[in-house]
Amino acid sequence: MTKRFSFSQLVLLVAELVLAVIWLAPIAWAVATSLKPESETTKLPLEWIGSRITFDSYALVLETGGIVKWAINSTVTSVIVTFLTVLFSAMAAYGFARTQFKGQRVLLGLILAGIMIPPQVLMAPLFAEMVSLGLVDTWWAIILPQVAAPLIVYILFKFFQDVPPELEQAAFVDGAGRWRVFFTIVLPLSRPVLAAVSIFTFINTWNNFLWPFLVSTDPNTMTLPVGLANVVQGTFGLRYAQIMASVVLAGLPLLFVFVLFQRQIVRGVAHTGLAGQ
Amino acid sequence: MTTTVAAPATAGPVAKAKVRRGWTQHGLLFVGPFLLIYLAFLVWPTILGFQMSLSSVNIAGGNNHFIGFDNYAEAFADPRMWRSLWNTLVFTVLSTIPLVLLGLVLALLVHNVRFVQWLWRLSFFGPFLLPSAVIAILWLQMIYPPDYGLLNGTLGTDILWLGDPSTAMWSIVLTTVWWTVGFNFLLYLAALQSIPTHLYEAADIDGASGWDKLRSITLPLLRRTTVLIVVLQLVASLKVFDQIYLMTGGGPQDATRPIIEYAYDVGFTGYRIGYASAVSYILFVLIVIVSLAQLRLFRKREEVAS
Repeated sequence: MTKRFSFSQLVLLVAELVLAVIWLAPIAWAVATSLKPESETTKLPLEWIGSRITFDSYALVLETGGIVKWAINSTVTSVIVTFLTVLFSAMAAYGFARTQFKGQRVLLGLILAGIMIPPQVLMAPLFAEMVSLGLVDTWWAIILPQVAAPLIVYILFKFFQDVPPELEQAAFVDGAGRWRVFFTIVLPLSRPVLAAVSIFTFINTWNNFLWPFLVSTDPNTMTLPVGLANVVQGTFGLRYAQIMASVVLAGLPLLFVFVLFQRQIVRGVAHTGLAGQ
Repeated sequence: MTTTVAAPATAGPVAKAKVRRGWTQHGLLFVGPFLLIYLAFLVWPTILGFQMSLSSVNIAGGNNHFIGFDNYAEAFADPRMWRSLWNTLVFTVLSTIPLVLLGLVLALLVHNVRFVQWLWRLSFFGPFLLPSAVIAILWLQMIYPPDYGLLNGTLGTDILWLGDPSTAMWSIVLTTVWWTVGFNFLLYLAALQSIPTHLYEAADIDGASGWDKLRSITLPLLRRTTVLIVVLQLVASLKVFDQIYLMTGGGPQDATRPIIEYAYDVGFTGYRIGYASAVSYILFVLIVIVSLAQLRLFRKREEVAS
């Protein structure tokens, strides 16, 4: 490939640069504000850097706020949701792709139809169900409904359908049980697609707001987005540097993970997002 | 479904018989765990929600009487329901257009400038990774405030943004585009990367310009992806709630309240959870129509292709 750096390439690069600066500005502004002394956060005209750079707001937020607890809640619930979703969906998808049982077609149809059901419109009945199960303000209320993700079953079902069954059958003939074949041959072979749907599920769960917001009223079970929305607006009043420090702390983990695993995340999101193709 | 077994070429007749015997068993055990959770937390709520929408039940479970379609009749006569449905549709149209077009433009830029790609991807996709609460608080507290906010301070304007009914929805759209365009951008980028390079090389030999290649190779090949992205975006936009609830609470003067927030308001603030179910199901029908249209579109395409 002999691609020279032409004039049109330069124009594109400049356009891209301008857009990137615009896109990064709000985040940069949050960081800049969080590093200012509280008294200078609303000073006019706007200044990106205050009279001194201070981490006081971060110290205060970490000390007094619930942000660490919410981050732990978010991590635990997101990891459990991701693990259960991927395990159960993979099992179900494999069951549909490779075994035969009564009512299989009907059940598969039922699951595919569920892809069209947006969980948001079920908030009232789901909440009523959680009340009658006594699960409100527990992690299970946050976790269980998010595991019922028919899209993931569909993606994995299509994947398993395209994998030739010879290798599994050879192992089966050699005496490995049906489950051993699944756990020691099928799952390891499917690692890329499992990684893709795991990443997709984790990001969605980590950022889910409406459902965790409805079922957690106790600050001890709140996830990061819910805790932040509830408490920051209520108690921090007009302490903008602290609010922005919370915002930066809450946003940082996933951005950091993205920088580390960019290739996998891009592939995971694109692969799962384009599942309809 | 293809569950008929093609035994490996090397296996003898005994092995074949064994494959036939045990191979297709245990199906319900594989499907069971997911199925239980799916029935309990998706199928059952869907049925329960419809039943609730036909009742006068309140959030404490009391006053649970069957009232037929009264809730739906009330909803269709409720100006606030119509207002929130209208707001939802306006938001959907206003957000889908820039989210799809800008997603495409950003992807084309990043795909064609092969230089620090990771930085561009981080810039454009990064905001998508932030929780809605982070986005809403940041824009509400530091970007949109008319006096000390970043926007007016930088542009030298004094627009009220979220505070004015005539600009509030545009401001919500602006924030949403900034926040979520990265998703469409990634989908387009993946589609661009899957276009075989030999097509471009052939065009190069024919002396085609960059613009020619864009018009006659890239865009036609992206049509399928575009249909998919548009439908995904329509469904996502119809479900808008988080950023509006957190930034304006539906105001000013109901100018931004979407239908999910209205369902939330009547159900969880007004305690009329039966009525809330009816309002939700109106949106549900709308989303199912969009999804079915998508299915039909893809069916047709597959038929044409095969």
